[in-house]
Amino acid sequence: MTLGETPLATAALALGDDALVLSHRLGEWAGHAPVLEEEVALANIALDLLGQARSLLSLVGDEDELAYLREERSFRNAQLVEQPNGDFARTIARQLYFSVHQHLLYGQLAAGDGPFAPLAGKAVKEVAYHRDHAEHWTLRLGDGTEESHARMQRALDDLWRYTGELFEPVEGLSVDRTALREGWLAAVTEVVERATLKLPDGPQTGAWTAGAGRQGIHTEPFGRMLAEMQHLHRSHPGASW
Amino acid sequence: MTTMAPDAGAQDTMAQEAVFDAAVAADERIEPRDWMPDAYRATLVRQIAQHAHSEIIGMQPEANWITRAPSLRRKAILMAKVQDEAGHGLYLYSAAETLGTGRDELLDKLHSGRQKYSSIFNYPTLTWADVGAIGWLVDGAAITNQVPLCRCSYGPYARAMVRICKEESFHQRQGYELLLALSRGTEAQHAMAQDAVDRWWWPSLMMFGPPDAESSHSAQSMAWKIKRHSNDELRQRFVDICVPQAASLGLTLPDPDLRWNEERGHHDFGAIDWTEFQEVLRGNGPCNDQRIGQRRRAHEEGAWVREAAAAYAAKHGKATA
Amino acid sequence: MTNADWPLWEVFVRSRRGLAHTHAGSLHAPDAEMALRNARDLYTRRSEGVSIWVVPSAEVTASSPDEKDPFFEPAADKPYRHPTFYEIPEGVKHL
Repeated sequence: MTLGETPLATAALALGDDALVLSHRLGEWAGHAPVLEEEVALANIALDLLGQARSLLSLVGDEDELAYLREERSFRNAQLVEQPNGDFARTIARQLYFSVHQHLLYGQLAAGDGPFAPLAGKAVKEVAYHRDHAEHWTLRLGDGTEESHARMQRALDDLWRYTGELFEPVEGLSVDRTALREGWLAAVTEVVERATLKLPDGPQTGAWTAGAGRQGIHTEPFGRMLAEMQHLHRSHPGASW
Repeated sequence: MTTMAPDAGAQDTMAQEAVFDAAVAADERIEPRDWMPDAYRATLVRQIAQHAHSEIIGMQPEANWITRAPSLRRKAILMAKVQDEAGHGLYLYSAAETLGTGRDELLDKLHSGRQKYSSIFNYPTLTWADVGAIGWLVDGAAITNQVPLCRCSYGPYARAMVRICKEESFHQRQGYELLLALSRGTEAQHAMAQDAVDRWWWPSLMMFGPPDAESSHSAQSMAWKIKRHSNDELRQRFVDICVPQAASLGLTLPDPDLRWNEERGHHDFGAIDWTEFQEVLRGNGPCNDQRIGQRRRAHEEGAWVREAAAAYAAKHGKATA
Repeated sequence: MTNADWPLWEVFVRSRRGLAHTHAGSLHAPDAEMALRNARDLYTRRSEGVSIWVVPSAEVTASSPDEKDPFFEPAADKPYRHPTFYEIPEGVKHL
């Protein structure tokens, strides 16, 4: 495997792993969603992301080798997307933070002439819907009942420290990071306030400076997620499925 | 559209029944606001509800493997399939609702064990090959049962079934393809496939219900054209379809008595263990408690989400009663 | 409070431009915005549509089957509304 040998590969892995890992997490909702209509909605988002992941990983190598045979330290996804689902509010908070970011990022990539432009041009439409879904639920949970408000606020607060990483530079990805960060903050603030919630005010990154997902440093739940995801594939080396 | 039973007192029930019978006899569809016998309505609600419950409980054994699917292609297929099952549950609950019974009430009955779902989903998915066996055998049996329902006398049910059958055509094929890959794969994969077929074959045959002689609802349902073929007829059709498919897969069906009967023009097959069927139906299957438990938990843990959305709609004046 | 508070909506889908919206089915949603989104996910996930309407089921006024005769039968004896009513000599084209 030519892991991250070129800037293009590094960038493709970062984007591809984000999509792959978040898709996997959303897939864990199957059979557990709060209402049947939401089973269908969450699965749609998960399928979009999985499709994106497959295209992106295929730019670097064999999609299955990359998904199933890499060790934890070789995954390049941001820590935000690997965070466990928690309750529905936590999943929605994760979706809000990530999908607004992904929408703006893919918008920039689609408008540029870089290697990701064609892929981003298709994906940006999917992601617009993911963002819409997250925003609508943020409004309903924030401005719903006392309980849902409290849960949503807690979820936004808890995940806030994983958002800073989304704006760190990624080699091979030429984007206007200032615009990305400002656009993200403005959009998230607008939705959060409309939902009668408060934008968290803590630091946007953890205190530990060893690095983050883009450097292959992940949170503890990620190892267990990978163990589950990779176990069957690895139990039958060389098999086709 | 809420459907109220018309005021029977003001009408001549006999005349209405004659109109209903004539419509059924002429293969016309009965629609929600038409007069219908109470027993017809009750039978349909029971059957459609059981069908809807089966779709959503049936998500669980397969969802059990989404997070472990061994390739990204298989993962996407499985996710799409489980999603379809949620969708099919929704179509069917909607069809039941046209008969005046809300989804809430039906879910309550499922959660409290007053309504049933197909017993097949009380069996566990122990290996990846089970996903294939479910697609090939369980969905295959379901399709054999469902295709005739597309012509069921009740319009909304028939229309839901048309949609479902169209969408399900990929379910069975993906299962077959999955098993084929395993059967032609490594020795361990082949063994996994054979083991799954060994475990799912008999429960699949039970999906057609008890033998005709013992089926309590069959005769009336056939007369009403809710049902078009008997349990045994459909079971035979399914066995005949599966035998050559198993041969192409390179897998064996676990029935020493299975053989072609030239005289009948059908395959003979061994006796089904109806004691096991009755036990699973009674709640003693390997996964009954687990399936209902997960379903109930998802519903209870989702209550605050549903309440929040309803409260938001009420506040913002977008709800309609 | 339960799911019952999510009302039922009727969903109409235009399968492609140039065709009318047709009834696809129904679903539950807390409000119109969510109903549209749920409808998009449920009824167009195989690209079955380019436009969706959602209508609260409670807002649909339907003719009663009891009025079937007075409502629809008078139309049945006016065959002159249909082109097949008229006899045209053989060989006359474009009519």
